[in-house]
Parts: sequence; structure tokens; C-alpha cells
Amino acid sequence: MASLGSGALIFALVVCAYGIGASVYGVRNDEDRWIESGRRAVYGLALVLLVAFIVIEVAFLKNDYGFNTVADTSSATTPLFYRAAAVWSSQEGSLLVWALLSSLWSSLALFLVKGKMREVAAYAAAILLAFDGFFIALAIFYANPFNTTSPKPLEGAGLDPLLRFPAMIIHPPMIYSGYTLCIVPFAFGMGALIARRVDTEWITATRRFALAAWLFLGVGIVLGALWSYSELGWGGYWEWDPVENAALMPWLMMTAFLHSAMIQEKRGMLKVWNSSLVLAAGTLAITGTFLVRSGVLSSIHAFGGATLGVPFVILIGLMIACSIYLVVSRREQLSSSHRLDSLFSRESVFLLNNIVLVGLCFVIFWGTFFPLISEMATGQAASVGAPWFDRYTVPLALILVLLSGIGPVIAWRKASVANVKRNFATPVLAALATLIVLLALGVTSKLFALVMFCLAAFTIGSVTQELWRGTRVRSNATGQVPPRALLGLVGRNRRRYGGYMTHVGIAMLFVGVAGSSSFMHAAEPRLSVGKSIDIGGYRMKYIRPTASVTAKNDAAETGATLDLGAVLRVSKKGRYVTTLRPSEGYYDSDEAGVPPESVGHLIAGTPVSHVTLSSNPLRNVWAAIEPDLQAPKLQRIIAAGNKTIPIDKPEDGMIALAVLAREYLAHPQAAKFNLRVQPLLMWIWIGAIIVAAGGLIALSPTPRTVVRRVSVRAARRRAESGLARA
Amino acid sequence: MSPLAAALLIMLIATVAAIVAGPLSVLKRRQPPRHAMLAELEAQREAKYRDIRDAELDHEMGKHSEQDYEEIASTLRSEAVEILNRIEALQREGEEEARAEAAGGEPPSTR
Repeated sequence: MASLGSGALIFALVVCAYGIGASVYGVRNDEDRWIESGRRAVYGLALVLLVAFIVIEVAFLKNDYGFNTVADTSSATTPLFYRAAAVWSSQEGSLLVWALLSSLWSSLALFLVKGKMREVAAYAAAILLAFDGFFIALAIFYANPFNTTSPKPLEGAGLDPLLRFPAMIIHPPMIYSGYTLCIVPFAFGMGALIARRVDTEWITATRRFALAAWLFLGVGIVLGALWSYSELGWGGYWEWDPVENAALMPWLMMTAFLHSAMIQEKRGMLKVWNSSLVLAAGTLAITGTFLVRSGVLSSIHAFGGATLGVPFVILIGLMIACSIYLVVSRREQLSSSHRLDSLFSRESVFLLNNIVLVGLCFVIFWGTFFPLISEMATGQAASVGAPWFDRYTVPLALILVLLSGIGPVIAWRKASVANVKRNFATPVLAALATLIVLLALGVTSKLFALVMFCLAAFTIGSVTQELWRGTRVRSNATGQVPPRALLGLVGRNRRRYGGYMTHVGIAMLFVGVAGSSSFMHAAEPRLSVGKSIDIGGYRMKYIRPTASVTAKNDAAETGATLDLGAVLRVSKKGRYVTTLRPSEGYYDSDEAGVPPESVGHLIAGTPVSHVTLSSNPLRNVWAAIEPDLQAPKLQRIIAAGNKTIPIDKPEDGMIALAVLAREYLAHPQAAKFNLRVQPLLMWIWIGAIIVAAGGLIALSPTPRTVVRRVSVRAARRRAESGLARA
Repeated sequence: MSPLAAALLIMLIATVAAIVAGPLSVLKRRQPPRHAMLAELEAQREAKYRDIRDAELDHEMGKHSEQDYEEIASTLRSEAVEILNRIEALQREGEEEARAEAAGGEPPSTR
């Protein structure tokens, strides 16, 4: 079936070329049938790529090691759930997934704008097909998922154990969806500029895709952080890694765009700015993809295939050049006659918010690419670490949370001083009350955290006030009881209140970041059984070791051959709090070594920490362990097994591992622990869930037919009566 | 390539070719640019209605003074009426064109 997949890929490239030609020819020659044919080429492309994807997915599920990518990233011992998702763990498979997702989102976008924006949509279809064609060409010529080997290997290398984590299975499709969705507004923005139709229609039509891109990227980023926190064994959730930053940059740009797009929709202003933001977000999405695949910057998340660097650099160069040319050459159409009515207005707050977001993006861009910049300037690659990023991003994050609180309570167009005073009283009181409580609790040492907590209270206060007042207005107008009035209010204004909800979520998320980073207690002790250590008011005692030796039944169900760990008793002031069971999983490696080690290779794969934690809204107690596998007694068992057990008898090798596990339990050595107490960390995940829920509410369609029928008549009457009064 | 794979590939190519080539034999004429203008105006109208609703809600929630609200609402209403008038004019033009076509005459040029 590999030939079917290869054939489908080549055909997909032909469909892309045809679709680009048909769309451009149709729009240039006023031929609707060619435009429609070009649009359908996008649908056809999605079908072809879906078939190709099914072929490779079936190969993974059937353990068909004739496919090189299956042999490299899967194995019979890889659990089925992870085997099904292993397709996007390789460079080859992920290129196919990227193209498939892109074609599916493109199809949906073009389907939804059918009959609208004829010229813009035709150019957008051509651009979307060009992106798909680029990724398909990479898959065909650089990293073909359908390359095969004969004879078939008997067993595969297995999925990287680090990726055997549920969030890591969902994380890549979320990020790819975010990146590919960023391309949709990019293509429509480009199409609008080429067609010189830079009015509001393209923004209205693609706003949902920008929001979806923002949502998927956001969820993907948080899942990546969750994986980092729960799997990597270092105790953190964000390290300013280039690949993490690569996803964050387009997310920030999209956040800016979602705000400034409202100004263009309402006032016809900021056309240059909005076009630039969308084009920048699309370019940054491709840059993010480039960072993961080029190997240009080192990252734990990257594929590291250096061969893909040059094509990506050419593509990014083209995107930047075309973007600049189009924005500059269309500056007359992009100009606006409207001006800000007042500095005390939501427009002004949105503008400031945009400046902060773009500033954040610039700081992250500079820090991420600093190794390349410094190498070009000095010949030596130097990188910047977390303290450098924190120095600039923390103050900007504070301003952002402050603006998240100001935005909802300030009016569009013009807000008088009296109204500002009235609307800001409650949020300011909430911030002051928080400050007083925190000072009374003795939280004085960490200024940034203190300010963040107060600003978060300000934001939550302002949104709560908005909801309360809106509910009261609706309740008075309709006679509904407040809970129902609240639901009606949110239901009729999903974009507004979904947005407000994300503001609350962001504030909570930053409370979690500030609390967990500023007030964290950490230690990396070496403990023997019976010994304990005090951290952040908690006593952690090493009670006993644990061990298991079964290919598929390790604690985390990840397919570890050996799992060594410990039981820790956690207490506070003598009272029992919880029991933690950290362990480290060891995995089979396809590299048996020279000479092959019949026992050694069973545990030679990348060891993975199986982190354990006790979590509540006030604090997380987190533990990881690094058992001493190099202890002489354990190494002697491995060496004896390597000598006496033949390489083709892995079952006997497992018996040697059982002996090793028994020795580990009977005579436990001191083990290295990584222990952390992190206050408020749970609020990061709670905040992220609220942000995502807010995004979903904003994304969900308002019942338009009802609204339109009512509002057309009502607005007409109101408009005419208003004019008569005027 | 196995016969089964070849057959499946041929079926796939034929299906996609049918999807893509379908419009080439059906659609002949380009839609008049009035449709595009109408769509843009309808988008503007929806945005204006949203603005009016937002302004009303803001006013009822006490964000605007009475004077500011009257000024803002008056501007929004006149902008809405202007858009509605333009939509009506375009729709009238379309209806006249349709009547002329139904009567057997040549439709007036829309280019």
C-alpha cells in the first residue's frame, strides 16, 4: 500500500498546481467556472491527503515495518494508543499531517465564504494551495512517509518514551492546527491586498479562523507546558525553549489581531495594522514550523532534520517580501479617514494592548533568534536564558493583565471622566482589598508577584462588575431571574463575554505563574530509605523503594521494560498530607550496542521520569526520582546477564531484569530526588481551561437568524426615529 | 504497485477529477459585481447593528453619559441608514435587471 500513498502524494501535488492555475486564471479572466474549479481543487486535495494519511495510519496500526517511518517510530511493544499517534512523531508523518490539516481547514474556510468575496477567495485558494503544495513537495522530495525497506525489519525502534504521555499525543495536532489555521487569515489577507478589497468583509469572514488558530495554538502551548511539567522531570512548565517560543509568537500576534480587528470592524480604522498583523502571524507560524524542522536551533521538541532548512528559509523570505510589497503598494486603499475620538476609549486601550503584545512578541523573537544573530555578528553563538526573558516579559505581562481589566469597563469611542470613575471604583477596590490581605499575610518580599495578584484582582473585579451590571440590565428589561438573564446576556453577546472570560482566565493563569515561580521551594537531595528532608514547610520521607518489570504494565502504561521508584511520605507539622510514588521508566533500545548486550539493550532507551504530585488550588507538592542504576551491584547483574543470555532471547533478558529489580528492592541504594513545593500552580491549568472555554464561547455562532430578523426591523425603526429626533 | 493499490489510486484520481472538473461544464457566466458589493454592504450592516447593540448595552450599563450616548447613537444610526439605503438601491437595481431578463430583453451591463 506504500505505492498507493506515494501515488496519492504525487497526485496531491498535481491537484495543488492545477488549483493554483485554475483560481488565478479564473479571477484574472472573470471566469467563475475556473474559480469554482480552483475552490474544488482544495476539497479534492483534502480527500487525496486523507487517503494518504489513512494508508500510513493503517501501516502504524498493523506494525508494517516495511515503511521506514513505522520502523523508526513504532514497535510491537508500543501501546496501541501511542502507536496510533506515532505518525506525527516523525518528520515524514508530521509533514503529511500538516498538509492534511491545512487542506481540511482551507476547505472549511472556502466552503464558508462560498458566494462571497469572489476575487479575494480565489486568490486565497491559490495561496492556500501553494502552502499545501510546499509541504507536499517536502514530503515527496525530502522526507517521504511512504519510503520502504526490503526485507522488512522484524521489529521497530519504538516511539520515543518521552512522547508516551497523553497530552503529548494531542499536543502536536493542536499546534499543527493552530499553525495551519494561522495560514487561513494570512491567505485571505493576502488575497484582499492583491484584489485591492481591503474593506471589512475579509476580516469578518476570517475572524473565526483567527480565533480558532488562537484557540488551538493556546491549547497546544498549554498541553506542551503540561507535558514539560509532568514528564520531563525538571519541575518546570516553561523554559523559553525556541520551539515553545515559536508557538507563542503567532499566538501573541493573533491575540493582537483579534483585538484590533474589532476596531476595523467598528470604525474602519487600522487597516494597515490589521493586514500587517495577520501577515506577520502567518509568517511566524511558518517560522515556528521551520524552527521545529530545520535543526537551526537546538530544542528538545525539534525533529532536527537539517535538510529542510533551506526550503523553509526561501518560503519565509518570499512571505516577508510579498507581505511588505503588498502592504506598501496598497497603502492608499488601506488608509482610513477615521481618527480616535478620545484617549479615554476602548479603541485606545486596544491599541495599547496591541503595542504590548507586539512588544512581547519582539522580545521573544529577539531572545529566540539571539544565537543566530550573535553568530552572524560575532561568529560565536550565544544564547539568552530565562532570566533575560523574564526581565522584559514580566513587566509587559503586568501591563497586559492591567489592560485586560481596563478593556471591559471602558466604553467604545468616548468615556467621560465621571464614567471612568464610576466604572473603575469596584475593580480598584478589589485590587486594594487584595493588596491589604496580602500585606496582612506578610507577602511583601516578591514585588512582581504582589503586583500581579493585585492586577489579577482588578481584572476579575472589572469582569465580574460587567457581568453583574449586564445581568441587571437584561433582568430589568426582560423580567428574567438573574441566572437566566446572565445566560441570555452571554448567549446574545458571545464574542464580548467569551472575550471577557478569557481575560479572567489569563489573569488566573498569571496568578499561577507568579505564585509558583516566586514562592517555589525546591531541593535535589540524595536520600536513603528512612531519611527525610524539609521543603517549604513539608517533610518528605523516603519510605521504601518500588520496582516493576513487565513490558506493558509499568505504572504509567508507557511500555517501560523496567521501572524503579520510591514511596515518599509527605507530612506537614507532623500531620500526614499525602504519599508520593515517583519512578523512572527504562525502555528497550533498538541500538543493541557492539557487541550486542542481551540485557543492557532492554534498558538502554531514554529513561523517562514518571513524576508524581499532590495538587490542590493552594499548592503542588511534586517529586521526581533518579535511581542509581550505576550502583555496582546492579551493574554486575546486567554484565552477567549480557554474558550468559543470548541476544535472541529477550524473555530470558527480562528474567535478568527481574533479578535486578529484586536486588534494588532488597538492598536499596540512595537515590537522587527532585522535590518541589509550588504554591498556586494549579491556577495555571484552571486559568488555561477558562481561557479555552472563553475562546469556545466567542467562537460559537450567535443564533444569527433570530438576531438578524429582530435587529433589522428594530434597528431600522430606531435609526429612522433617531434621525427624526435629530 | 499491487493491482489493488493501482485500482484504488485510479478511483481516487477519477473521483477528484470529477469533483474538480464539475463546474467547468456547468457554470458559464460570472456573477455580477453587484453581488460582491451587496455582500460587503451586508457585512457592514451586521457590524453596524452590532455597534448599535453594543452602544445601547454600554449606555444602559452606565459607561456613557447621556450626552455622549446621544451623539454616538445618532452617528451610528445615520451610518446604519446610509448602509441600508445603499443596500436597497442595489437590490432595486437587481430586481429591475431580473424583470428585464424575464421580459426577454438583454440584461443591462453590470461591468
